[in-house]
Amino acid sequence: MRFALRRFGFFVLTLWAALTLNFFLPRLMPGNPAEAMLGKFRGPVSPQALKALEVAFGVETKEGLFGQYVHYLGNVATGNFGTSLYFYPQSVGRVILDALPWTLGLVGLTTIMAFLLGTGIGIVSAWRRGGRLDSIAPPVFVITSAIPYFWVGMMLILVFAEQLQWFPAAFAYNVSLTPGFNPAFIVSVVEHAFLPAMALLITTIGTWILTMRNTMITTLAEDYVRMARAKGLPGRRIMLDYAARNAILPNLTGFAMSLGFVVGGAILVEYVFNYPGVGYMLLQAVSQEDYPLMQALFLLITVAVLVAILLADIATALFDPRTRTAD
Amino acid sequence: MAMLPVTGPTAPTTGLPEPTVTARGPGRRTAALSRLTSAVRSNRKATVGTVLLLLFTIVALVPGLIAHDSPTATIYPRSLGPSAQHWFGTTALGQDIFAQAVYGTREVLIIAIGVGLFSTGVAVLIGVAAAYLGGAWDGVLGLITDVLLVIPLFPLLIVIATYVQNAGTAVLVAVLTLTGWSYTARQLRSQALSLRKRDFLEAARVRGERRMYIVMVEIIPTMTSLIVASFLTNALYAVLFGSSLQFIGLGDPNSVSWGTMLYWAENNEALQTGQYLWAIVPGALIALLGAAFALLNYAFDEIGNPALRPLRRKKVPRRTRAKQIA
Repeated sequence: MRFALRRFGFFVLTLWAALTLNFFLPRLMPGNPAEAMLGKFRGPVSPQALKALEVAFGVETKEGLFGQYVHYLGNVATGNFGTSLYFYPQSVGRVILDALPWTLGLVGLTTIMAFLLGTGIGIVSAWRRGGRLDSIAPPVFVITSAIPYFWVGMMLILVFAEQLQWFPAAFAYNVSLTPGFNPAFIVSVVEHAFLPAMALLITTIGTWILTMRNTMITTLAEDYVRMARAKGLPGRRIMLDYAARNAILPNLTGFAMSLGFVVGGAILVEYVFNYPGVGYMLLQAVSQEDYPLMQALFLLITVAVLVAILLADIATALFDPRTRTAD
Repeated sequence: MAMLPVTGPTAPTTGLPEPTVTARGPGRRTAALSRLTSAVRSNRKATVGTVLLLLFTIVALVPGLIAHDSPTATIYPRSLGPSAQHWFGTTALGQDIFAQAVYGTREVLIIAIGVGLFSTGVAVLIGVAAAYLGGAWDGVLGLITDVLLVIPLFPLLIVIATYVQNAGTAVLVAVLTLTGWSYTARQLRSQALSLRKRDFLEAARVRGERRMYIVMVEIIPTMTSLIVASFLTNALYAVLFGSSLQFIGLGDPNSVSWGTMLYWAENNEALQTGQYLWAIVPGALIALLGAAFALLNYAFDEIGNPALRPLRRKKVPRRTRAKQIA
């Protein structure tokens, strides 16, 4: 219980740090960039909305810095992120809600697939130590983990969208179709998600394989594995129930954490494929200088990661009593 | 996910020879260095990584010897295919792609090494200070490290770079350093913690050495291999994230760099207009430089943790015999 409370305290503290960063960053920069940004939108955006934004970014306001800060924290607590400037008159919350399902679907499913596949390959690779898979997999995946994933996406577009024309190169579905629960639309969504999913899979699977393999090699040397061999248990059983089961903890923790990174982890893949998810919206907000949208997206991505880490910590403590005493 | 550590779980305490009190000063340092070189030579991943890194360094030092065209001049016919004159063709803006790739090496390498050195410096300072001072210091420094560790890096980088606008090399190095030191600081802290109770430090204290001396001469040299590993981790992070920022146009768009090349290629629809080399070359180079750092880093893991080394002989019941003797 004390452990959970301490982790929760850390969660609150980090959240506060992220909020404070969000608040002070534009104010710390020379010549408050928000001022220039707001100037550009003076025409099309209504005066009331602009007034609210001026307060939020500390432009032409008589309120003191501390007052602004309290005001800002209050706004965030009540979920009031203001109006998007680029997607005006839509609210920031609305824009995010539209983008979120695409990211959750694409990146969420890919993360689960990468975890399952990678852990499986890691188990087999460590079990057949020195075999063919084990001599190829580690060096190959050390290298793939160093490839920028947006570039993998570009190369997939080059080969499979431009040259072979098997898959579409951009967007989440064919815009001529009506979105809904019909076969043509679903097929279109899957087709459009395939290449971005592959780009993510190729670049993320290596970490799972290497972590699983390296931990499992250590567990394979343990006495209880030798004991299982001495008892004459079948190899499969030793591999899965004795070695893998005890080696999977780091990967499980990593998995819980990477679920938090689902929201903000594929920014550049979404950008390269014009996939209308959270990351794409973040870069839209950046290039259009839509600071309210950018701040809210950064906060959303951070909160997702923090929640996942909190859950991962608690799950690890439940599964492995040894971690409870360590800090 | 680029934000997770690239290699497996590092075991910072394994493979560390217990230094003796007599082997102090420069003697120990040269011994550590020669141990390092022989380790690099005997590990194939380390050899490949070192050779790649050396090649890139040479190109970055004397780009003029390799490419004879100017990387910025827009004087050539536009969108040429590869030829004897322009090995990788020209861009839609009339620049020589080969020259850009060669001259771009310098900026990427400066960012990688700069961020690698600075953030490792910060990490050593904060990690060792937290472990050595202990108490409230450890609490505060550890907390700062942990908070920075869990805030998602790339979105944070994007937000900062957006406010800065057109970040040049120095600003990129500063931003990447400020955001990137926490992961390695935590590793260094835990190793320094494990060193705290060792006999050779106790001996130094009994001799009445000053704190500064103990930290600089006794603790830090013992951590050499982990410090090198954290330099490599930070350099890899800088290559990938620095190029990513340049790719989305948050760097200086006039700089000659691989990430900036990709930015212009993407904005001129190089993939849709058949100028494939414009997009392929810089990305492949980023991957190659990243691979050099990643291979070296993984090799250091293997050197530090002998259990991970590739098996040369098969089916030998290692450990079994050793345990029986013990």
